[in-house]
Amino acid sequence: MTTLQETPLPLPYTKEDFVSGQDVRWCPGCGDYAILSVMQRMLAQLRIPRENHVFISGIGCSSRFPYYMNTYGFHTIHGRAPTIATGLKCVRPELTVWVVTGDGDGLSIGGNHLIHAMRRNTDLKIILVNNQIYGLTKGQYSPTSEIGKITKSSPSGSIDYPIHPLCVAIAAEATFIARTVDMDPRHMGMVLQRACEHKGVSFVEIYQNCIIYNKDTFQPIAGRESREDRILYLEHGKPLIFGKKRDKAIRLNGPNPEIVNLADVKDSKEILVHKEDDPLPNYAYLLTQMEYPQMPVPFGIFRCIQKPTYDQMMDDQIKAEVKKKGPGKLEDLLHAGSIWQIEEHEEGVS
Amino acid sequence: MSKVQTKEIEAVTIRFAGDSGDGMQLTGDQFTDTSALMGNDIATFPDFPAEIRAPAGTLPGVSSFQIQFSEHEIFTAGDSPDVLVAMNPAALKVNLTDLVKGGLVVVNTDSFTEENLKKAGWKSNPLQEGTLKDYAVLEIPISTLNANALKDSPIKPTEAERCKNFFALGLMFWMYDRKLEFTVKWIEEKFTKKPELIQANVTALKAGYHYGDISETIPGRYVIRKARLAPGTYRKITGNEAIALGIVTAAHLSGKQVLYGSYPITPASSILHELALRKNFGIKTFQAEDEIAACGSALGAAFGGHIGITATSGPGICLKSEMINLAVMVELPLIIIDVQRGGPSTGLPTKTEQGDLLQVMFGRNSDSPVPVIAASTPANCYDFMIEAIRIAVTYMTPVFFLSDGYLANAAEPWYLPDVAKLPKMQIQHPQSSDGPFLPYVRNEQTLARPWAIPGTSGMEHRIGGLEKADRTGNVSYDPANHHKMVALRREKVNRIAHSIPLMEVLGPKKGKLLVLGWGSTYGPIHAAVTELQKEGKEVSACHLHYMNPFPKNLPEIVKCFETILIPENNMGQLLLLIRGTIEGIHTVGFHRVTGQPFKIREIREKIEELL
Repeated sequence: MTTLQETPLPLPYTKEDFVSGQDVRWCPGCGDYAILSVMQRMLAQLRIPRENHVFISGIGCSSRFPYYMNTYGFHTIHGRAPTIATGLKCVRPELTVWVVTGDGDGLSIGGNHLIHAMRRNTDLKIILVNNQIYGLTKGQYSPTSEIGKITKSSPSGSIDYPIHPLCVAIAAEATFIARTVDMDPRHMGMVLQRACEHKGVSFVEIYQNCIIYNKDTFQPIAGRESREDRILYLEHGKPLIFGKKRDKAIRLNGPNPEIVNLADVKDSKEILVHKEDDPLPNYAYLLTQMEYPQMPVPFGIFRCIQKPTYDQMMDDQIKAEVKKKGPGKLEDLLHAGSIWQIEEHEEGVS
Repeated sequence: MSKVQTKEIEAVTIRFAGDSGDGMQLTGDQFTDTSALMGNDIATFPDFPAEIRAPAGTLPGVSSFQIQFSEHEIFTAGDSPDVLVAMNPAALKVNLTDLVKGGLVVVNTDSFTEENLKKAGWKSNPLQEGTLKDYAVLEIPISTLNANALKDSPIKPTEAERCKNFFALGLMFWMYDRKLEFTVKWIEEKFTKKPELIQANVTALKAGYHYGDISETIPGRYVIRKARLAPGTYRKITGNEAIALGIVTAAHLSGKQVLYGSYPITPASSILHELALRKNFGIKTFQAEDEIAACGSALGAAFGGHIGITATSGPGICLKSEMINLAVMVELPLIIIDVQRGGPSTGLPTKTEQGDLLQVMFGRNSDSPVPVIAASTPANCYDFMIEAIRIAVTYMTPVFFLSDGYLANAAEPWYLPDVAKLPKMQIQHPQSSDGPFLPYVRNEQTLARPWAIPGTSGMEHRIGGLEKADRTGNVSYDPANHHKMVALRREKVNRIAHSIPLMEVLGPKKGKLLVLGWGSTYGPIHAAVTELQKEGKEVSACHLHYMNPFPKNLPEIVKCFETILIPENNMGQLLLLIRGTIEGIHTVGFHRVTGQPFKIREIREKIEELL
């Protein structure tokens, strides 16, 4: 029998173990630095062997991420990281496979792959860094930019309605869906760790500040002064209460959420209680519809449910086939079906 | 009993033609199986529309299956059928012009109704108007005879009608003295759970056979002796089946597992179907959301240390190009199978063409060399599939494998290999390094970089599409480094020429004319050149299977001939490559893009024109 550990084993890693030797080439002040740093620190807290982490990215500023992680990494092509990650995970299910993508990479050119990776529930950890702008191509509007946004490619204002990353994830039935922000390292660390521990596809949207082309776009929501009044931090089993003084709550008015002063609530049952494991996607979808400035913006884990993963089912099918038929014998396979012999010097009428 | 004389002949070509729903592919397959099992050499050419069920009775809905079977070695399914079995007026209309003059037409007269004649565009009934005066005609009310034979069967009349192809097959079996037992066995296995269908189909088959025996209208009965092929064990195989078996064999030889990522596309899909059944052979199949994802999944698997394979046709190659270029940059083994079809764009999905050679050579941004292998017969798809995988894992490179719609579906006897004698593939993944691991240090001979795989402690490294610094693999924009890396990638592919066999010439090694082919033109070129050589003509042939790099002796071979004739099912793609790489030779192209393979006589005529 195992004996109880009096003290936990020392952690095998420090943050520095996850820092690669490559010079980081993001702009000074870029939100990606915070994400990189939180990721390195978070991984050092886990007991997953470093060589079992693989970071796979597409194209864009955030997709340089793998170069800076001292793990296995693959900087691929625009929008296609989920496809390579899927292939890798199918053949090496023991690895922890991360996908780092952006709003353009993941939702514009790579939207199709993102949807299919999520609906298959392949055990991938997908981090979508959303700064609502094309940074690496120097400042065009992205599929998550707000309508009317003035950029180099939309001097009269963008006429593209934005796509909502979390709605896409819910529609694709992702089993783990979360949102966090670069300005809140503690919250980000918690979310990334939960994403890593989830068995199945994890989809995390990180609001990220592009200091050059879309500076402070999330400041009104996530800025230090206003954060507590404008963010609704989701905690499983806890009522939806927010505000600096924690004096406001969310309840349903018909099918829609509304803000209510806690003092005015007569029956605490009126207040919505966060339930991340709701098997139906309706409630998580409702949360995604809460947007600034009308409503506080939900942060945290929207959804976390369990269902069999693609890689696990693939493995199960193979094991079942081997059990049923035995390990394949090549000689038998080649000789399967109708075969015939031609003898030496054979003559005769057929 | 029939008083018909039985004659011995060397070879015969039969074409079964009917509506897409008439079961002509199945009928042809059964005739092929039986002929193969009776020891003939066989070659088949299935030809069917892209639509699953085009409107019944129309010209676009006609599906056909041609088989040549013989007592000697044959290389094609025959230029022109000796016998045409036409199940309806449309099938007669589409196929009649191909029949040899004096050949036999077998028609199902029941289908020659006014409505069907109109649908097929016959202004009058060809059975009555002398249209068929140059041919022997066997008018048989196949539907009626079949229905009579099945009148006691419990199955519905519509189901009984669907057995009529077996009546026609039975008749052909009688005419060519085939045994019924193989098809009977097949029917019994196919309909294990439906005994009434076994009985009905077997009855229809035997009714057709006995009709031949008793009708006394059949003009002749023929015997074709067993072919004198090399002694050994054979099975019938199509190109796509051979590819699938080649993949399973390569997995065995390398001790590796395979991820086959694919998106359904004609004419490549049957490889996916076949491999999906091979889970207990270490084969994982992944049906991706699109062509790009299919290629990406295979590359991801290669990164993980497995053999990553994807297959498609031309339109899919367009979509995969960027991913293949990534494989060039990161130098991982990736096998891309292109079963070519008529194009451009969606083109002719079910018809054959050799139009993708230049696409796979050059269809990527920048200088991006990728080795290209092309099979030339259905059976040698097996050998060259294994070879493509060997090259990919030995040189750490993506490799193209070219097949085409003809090879994919055509069948021939396959001399079964002795697996124990096939060379093993030695693959090593580095487990440790002195000092930091350098992912772009190269093997001195092959220039391959090490294949270190995720999960190996101490070998953590990053790869990607940005230019790599020599040795370290770090991102590098250094001008001199870029030039060096472009040259290294080129040189690595060129060095493959050291490990591939030299080409051999069929016929004299120098002279007036050399016919240089590649891919599925092998059959008609080989047959035409052999025939002409027997007639004393001075012509030689050689056939390319390695398209990039070329075998080392190709320049010296072609320089020994006054003229090089290059027949292709495209507008001159190998021609352009040869002209661009070998100086001082006289080349002539011969192009045909009809969606059909060359006929032997077309090649003959072209050769004779040049002699």
